[in-house]
Amino acid sequence: MEHIVIIGNGISGVTAARHIRKNSDKRITIVSAESKYFFSRTALMYIYMGHMKFEHTQPYENWFWKKNRIDLKQGFVTKIDTSNKSLLFSDDTTLIYDKLIIATGSKPNKFGWPGQDLDGVMGMYHKQDLENLEKFAPDNKVCKRAVIVGGGLIGIELAEMLRSRDIPVTFLVRESSFWNGVLTAQESEMINQHIKEHHIDLRLSTNLKEIKSDENGKVISVIIEETGEEIACDVVGLTAGVTPNIDFLKESKIETKRGVLVNRFLETNVKDVYAIGDCAEQHEAIGQRRNIEAVWYTGRMMGETVAQTITGNKRAYNPGHWFNSAKFLDIEYQTYGWVFSERNKKENEVYFQWKHATKNICITISYDKDSHQFLGINTFGIRMRHEIFDKWLTENQSLEYVIEYLADANFDPEFYSLYEADIVAKFNKEMGTDIKSKKKSWKRIFKIA
Amino acid sequence: MMKTIKYIGLAIFLIGLTIFTASIFLGSFEMSQKELNTYIAEKNYKSEIIKQELSKAIVDKELNIFEFSSVVREAFETSNNYYDKLIAKYNAEKNWKKKGEQYKYKIFGKPHTLSYEIAKKSGKGIIKENSGLLWFLTFGLGIIGALLFILPNVILLGKPGIKNDHIYQNSATNRGLMAWLVLVYLVLFYLVLYFMPDYVVNWTYILDPISKTLNGGSASQWFVYGFLYCTIMLVMSVRMYIKYRHNKYQIIRTTSVLFFQIVFAFLIPEIMTSLNMPGYDFKNAFPLDYDFFFEWNLKSLTESGAIGIFILVWGTLLTLVIVPVMVYFFGKRWYCSWVCGCGGLAETLGDPYRQHSNKSLNAWKLERWLIHAVLAFSLVMTIVTLYCYFSSASSFIGIKSQWIKDTYSFLIGAWFAGVIGTGFYPIFGNRVWCRFGCPLAAYLGLVQRFKSRFRITTNGGQCISCGNCSTYCEQGIDVRAYAQKGENIVRSSCVGCGICSAVCPRGVLKLENGPEAGRINPTEILLGNDVDLMQLVNKK
Repeated sequence: MEHIVIIGNGISGVTAARHIRKNSDKRITIVSAESKYFFSRTALMYIYMGHMKFEHTQPYENWFWKKNRIDLKQGFVTKIDTSNKSLLFSDDTTLIYDKLIIATGSKPNKFGWPGQDLDGVMGMYHKQDLENLEKFAPDNKVCKRAVIVGGGLIGIELAEMLRSRDIPVTFLVRESSFWNGVLTAQESEMINQHIKEHHIDLRLSTNLKEIKSDENGKVISVIIEETGEEIACDVVGLTAGVTPNIDFLKESKIETKRGVLVNRFLETNVKDVYAIGDCAEQHEAIGQRRNIEAVWYTGRMMGETVAQTITGNKRAYNPGHWFNSAKFLDIEYQTYGWVFSERNKKENEVYFQWKHATKNICITISYDKDSHQFLGINTFGIRMRHEIFDKWLTENQSLEYVIEYLADANFDPEFYSLYEADIVAKFNKEMGTDIKSKKKSWKRIFKIA
Repeated sequence: MMKTIKYIGLAIFLIGLTIFTASIFLGSFEMSQKELNTYIAEKNYKSEIIKQELSKAIVDKELNIFEFSSVVREAFETSNNYYDKLIAKYNAEKNWKKKGEQYKYKIFGKPHTLSYEIAKKSGKGIIKENSGLLWFLTFGLGIIGALLFILPNVILLGKPGIKNDHIYQNSATNRGLMAWLVLVYLVLFYLVLYFMPDYVVNWTYILDPISKTLNGGSASQWFVYGFLYCTIMLVMSVRMYIKYRHNKYQIIRTTSVLFFQIVFAFLIPEIMTSLNMPGYDFKNAFPLDYDFFFEWNLKSLTESGAIGIFILVWGTLLTLVIVPVMVYFFGKRWYCSWVCGCGGLAETLGDPYRQHSNKSLNAWKLERWLIHAVLAFSLVMTIVTLYCYFSSASSFIGIKSQWIKDTYSFLIGAWFAGVIGTGFYPIFGNRVWCRFGCPLAAYLGLVQRFKSRFRITTNGGQCISCGNCSTYCEQGIDVRAYAQKGENIVRSSCVGCGICSAVCPRGVLKLENGPEAGRINPTEILLGNDVDLMQLVNKK
């Protein structure tokens, strides 16, 4: 029986395993050094905050793996010998594969800051990071202040975590406004304010120079690049993005750049070796996507795809319309299609924006300046229906159409205030149109003719 | 500052609770010979023995309630034993006439209930004489303390939004010592309330004035329970309003359960009683209202004129027509988390414990066996009861009507719904009864699963498998298992509380009533991945 070995038990590897099992009888082994059972990395923050226990982050009960004949092996792969199709582990044991899927995910970026490996310096990515945080920041007596370096999604989550235990947080963000490489200026500014409302000491346009240690090799303070200011702290969170976690491949014949290079079939240069998820790097970008996509959903999608290929149903990785979501403290964010920030948008992209007068609710619709084709939407504080936007993007609907039928896309819980009327009114005023908002229609939503 | 207020509130609440609990032990119980004679005449006890025994036991004695209960129960036992012996004796002598004559001397009823009835007329002392003051020291302090504990959350919880911080780091909400203490208290409360009401007769004195105002009579232990129930729901609703103040669905739903409890379950039946009508909770549907078709109820309704007949027709229509039709349009939530009293307590007092429901596959299996077994049990009991009612037989298909009613009332009505259902909140979650035991929920669930417009829609491929939804599902549904596959959640047990949708950090879940087509949507590949685009296009 063909033996499929998957290195990494994150969402990519586990999705691949599940779909291979669905479509075949092959022997499957998942290898992980981090934890025996699959857990949802995105939920680590909720354990620290006391919303959940670790067991709640495991989407499958422990019997699931045996029942589905998916072997779990705990171990750290140090070398891959592709000519003998063999994995070498740190305990010198080996494992022979017929097909190999590399799904080792990411590790936090470290930019060579002095002191970046001190005790009390950590990312927030692995289960071990969480254990480290519990050790160095159990409460605000042991950890009198934490400094977070890097203004992305994990940075703001780490800040939220620490604030839940009343630990003072200084948040160093390189950009002049939070996540403004991705968000539009209006949105980014709203999040800046929201961060401050949560009593987080947000420092924009601020870089880390070095991390200082006490005599025991534990972090004691950080120095700011721009001002030379020293900030005393007990924990430093490094959350300046992630890089593929592929150091163990260096001596193998598998071609790598920043990540493991793969073609559209997620095949590496070596036969029978595939790479998926955060650690995979496309030779050429797909559409407007990045070559490396370190996102939960794309990891899952690659897992679904590679499973088809491995079970004899060869498929190219063909992601549909871009979507993503996040939560910034109390503000939910969703995006469908492409909305680029002012910093990164192209000539032809224009926004229509609406923001609630007092609440943290706003939307940005991006459209083509000339054709008025709808390109994408960012929503904050309003939930939107994925299927509807996916459909509208496929149909190349116009900006005006999206505005007119926006009520169909609303996904907020029942009885929530609706803002379509407000949004349409602003649109009409700005654009000189006379669009009337269409009432929500189940027929349209469920495409019933 | 706010934390100080909270702790002061907690202290005041605990003082109120302590006085409430300690009040059981206060005062004395006795009757004069004259009072006793009147009582015995009223109750129409023909036994000479009971007169002698009770005179010996309680006339001019100053007993506390436990001594009182003990001697009174003994008196009844002595009397009944005396006549039982006579019956046995005449039986042996085959003196049927004499044997038959003895039965009128026997006194039927549960010992603690007989004792309760006398105790209610025998209390003296501080509580009976100061019911207003005692109300303030128990209910008053309890309410004030609880509100002081809850209200600072407006500030302490920070900006509106999901605030579940520290739930698993707090003894009271993480099955710690505090949780076990609450469990023990609740279980003892229910045991006493159901099986030893005479012990808590003092509580009824505290509420006598309110009872008299509402229904013209003095308070029973059930009045105490109803009043306490409403008070707890009211106070804990304030907590819900603060915790979910960003979520209109939760605000409106909480208001709805509160309204139906106070107006329908409490006030209307009390007012009906004062108008000499049978007190009836118009929203309590059979088979949750398991004694609706019991002989005594049918008899009482048929003897109550037009209103009785109306209740009979309404109660039948409610179960056969209104309930299923509403479930078709809105899901069982319209009842279980918007109207029902059990649901109302679960959604208010029980909300801090919702995360303790068991999400394992085995628990789901147990749930399906158990809840449908209870439904079957209630139906068999009702068929037997109705058959016996119309045919005047005492049993049907070999089942004794009285036996099955007593067994159901004891096992399901008292133990499952009360002692376990509510008592176990802090450890097993707030919906143990609703999930595993309620026959009405089983019935609604069957309709919801097979013929309803209700579903929880999963938003395409947005799920990140974090598990908040499953963790906070009070019904133990592994919501994430569906959401991460892009499937809608269509489950018979879902009561539509809406918390999964509320706690989801990515806006993945929405409770909605839509067309039946496509309600159940198994997916191979999630939205966002176009591997099968051509196939999809060809299908259309």
